Amino acid sequence: MTMTSPATSAALTKAAPPRQGAFLDRTETMGAIALAVLIFVILPLALDPFRLNLFGKYLTYAFVAVGLVLCWGAGGILSLGQGVFFGLGGYALAMFLKLEASSPENTAIQSTPGIPDFMDWNQITELPFWWQPFHSLTFSILAVIAVPAFFAFVIGTAMFRRRVGGVYFSIITQAIAAILTILIIGQQGFTGGVNGITDLRTMKGWDIRSDEAKTILYFVNGGLLFACLALAQFVRRSKLGRILIAMRDREDRVRFSGYDVASFKIFVFCLGAAFAAIGGAMFTVQVGFMSPSFVGIVPSIEMVIFCAVGGRNSILGAVWGTLLVNWAKTLFSEAFPELWQLGLGALFIAVVLIFPDGLAGLWKTHVNPRIERLFPRRTTPTVPAE
Amino acid sequence: MSYENPNAVLMVEDLTVSFDGFKAVDGLNFYVAPNECRVIIGPNGAGKTTVLDLICGRTKATGGSVNFKGHELLKMREDQIVHAGVGRKFQNPSVYEDLTVFENLEISYPKGYSVFGALAFRRDQQVHDRIEEIAEIIFLKDALGEKAAFLSHGQKQWLEIGMLLIQDPELLMLDEPVAGMSVAERVKTAELLNRIIADRSVIVIEHDMKFVEDIATRVTVLHQGKLLAEGSMAHVQADPKVIEVYLGH
Repeated sequence: MTMTSPATSAALTKAAPPRQGAFLDRTETMGAIALAVLIFVILPLALDPFRLNLFGKYLTYAFVAVGLVLCWGAGGILSLGQGVFFGLGGYALAMFLKLEASSPENTAIQSTPGIPDFMDWNQITELPFWWQPFHSLTFSILAVIAVPAFFAFVIGTAMFRRRVGGVYFSIITQAIAAILTILIIGQQGFTGGVNGITDLRTMKGWDIRSDEAKTILYFVNGGLLFACLALAQFVRRSKLGRILIAMRDREDRVRFSGYDVASFKIFVFCLGAAFAAIGGAMFTVQVGFMSPSFVGIVPSIEMVIFCAVGGRNSILGAVWGTLLVNWAKTLFSEAFPELWQLGLGALFIAVVLIFPDGLAGLWKTHVNPRIERLFPRRTTPTVPAE
Repeated sequence: MSYENPNAVLMVEDLTVSFDGFKAVDGLNFYVAPNECRVIIGPNGAGKTTVLDLICGRTKATGGSVNFKGHELLKMREDQIVHAGVGRKFQNPSVYEDLTVFENLEISYPKGYSVFGALAFRRDQQVHDRIEEIAEIIFLKDALGEKAAFLSHGQKQWLEIGMLLIQDPELLMLDEPVAGMSVAERVKTAELLNRIIADRSVIVIEHDMKFVEDIATRVTVLHQGKLLAEGSMAHVQADPKVIEVYLGH
């Protein structure tokens, strides 16, 4: 760019259009650093392996919440069936781990050694063909993402191409969550039924039940979460992120500006599903089982509450919200098991009525202005784009 | 239908739509020439907005044909119709309130229409220059960083016109562009429209006869979904049928 005189550059600053600035603004940077310190330093130092593993489990729900920020917060697509994708991701990895745990030596007492125990209990004598590829870890890891994303693609295409949206979409996702739960429970011999796939032991010979393994997995989980956050931030900052917001406000205007609205909805729904699936897989490997109780309507709605409490327009807020609600859940449900459900319901109503932007919204309107006043921002000159 | 009439950009033939047996538009024919400004007038419920909805694909026609430069629009999806060069402004200002004026215009910038195109889209100098150019035309250059929610009603109308303009459509359809505007805004809008209709075909729905006289090349009068009269403003105003159903006071 050519040099501009002070007068013209002042004029430029006045009419300065919002340039695509830094990847994270100041508030987001502080939030991300605070979250990283909490996850990678404070929690591992402060907690024993059992509690740390518990927080690792909470963080797997945060993947779902981050996906919901994109789908629901930005795109206005409220899915009440994210547990489906969490579960599919979790089951994909659980199938691999179960097959490894069901070596012929380990299962010598079964009538058919070498197949998962629940199959043996259900008089199944041969591993079903669709279980076979899950002997491969590479295939299983690919399936963790690909199966839920494909499923989301099919659901998304079927609904969004027909312009099903709003409440109808939410209800259908909920129905799908219920259907999948019933299917898994009903097909006990192939899926482990209501107990799920349990007694997972090793991953390529590495014992995932040891404290050391759990600590390592906790850090892997944290790293993956930050990778997902970075990807979500990339999407939010791209034009696609702004199209999602535009679509939420004025779908028709977006359509008549030349965009195929359905393809954007399908994309963000698949992305949210993929995030949820990674969370599900990390849940399986950290907690050591996967069951239909993480697939159905109740967990799906709980995940929406985590996202709403944290702030459905903030990816970092969603993580904080997930951690806080789950931590509170553990504290309260140990002390008052019956009251917890009521408390969670009351919290959701409070969020919707009193602070619709969740914790992130409270931070933005109440805490952040104080910080800005205490530490005024250095004014940065406007740099003309290259 | 092939591109028979070299003088017409848009050929609407036998266009019909019926909602549960009620024919909102009934066997309508009209042709729009290049660079023509066609104004559609008619009493409430005449089917004016429905005609625009049919052309831009928002409502599916029951029968007939809408041919735009050789494309049969009735068989195309809304976004494909936009890509063919048809822009549509809605009656109520339809802008993205949560986004800034700049971002509103940027979304309409004709690049990065696909999912991955939108992900890879970069705000380069060209995009900046074009957005500033359009903002200047629609009197919003000083409001680029402002959220659209904070604009006045008239400014929102201009912004939406700008969002169409940035796509440089060959056929621009405006539904009551001056409705609800103050007198001062109305004058500015007339000036704006006179500028932007210069090198494209335009279809405008409007009730304000003064305004219609200012901009119209030809006027089409609709009544109960049918063509009542067509011609110059003077011709239409003198037509006894038009006076009876619409202008008659």
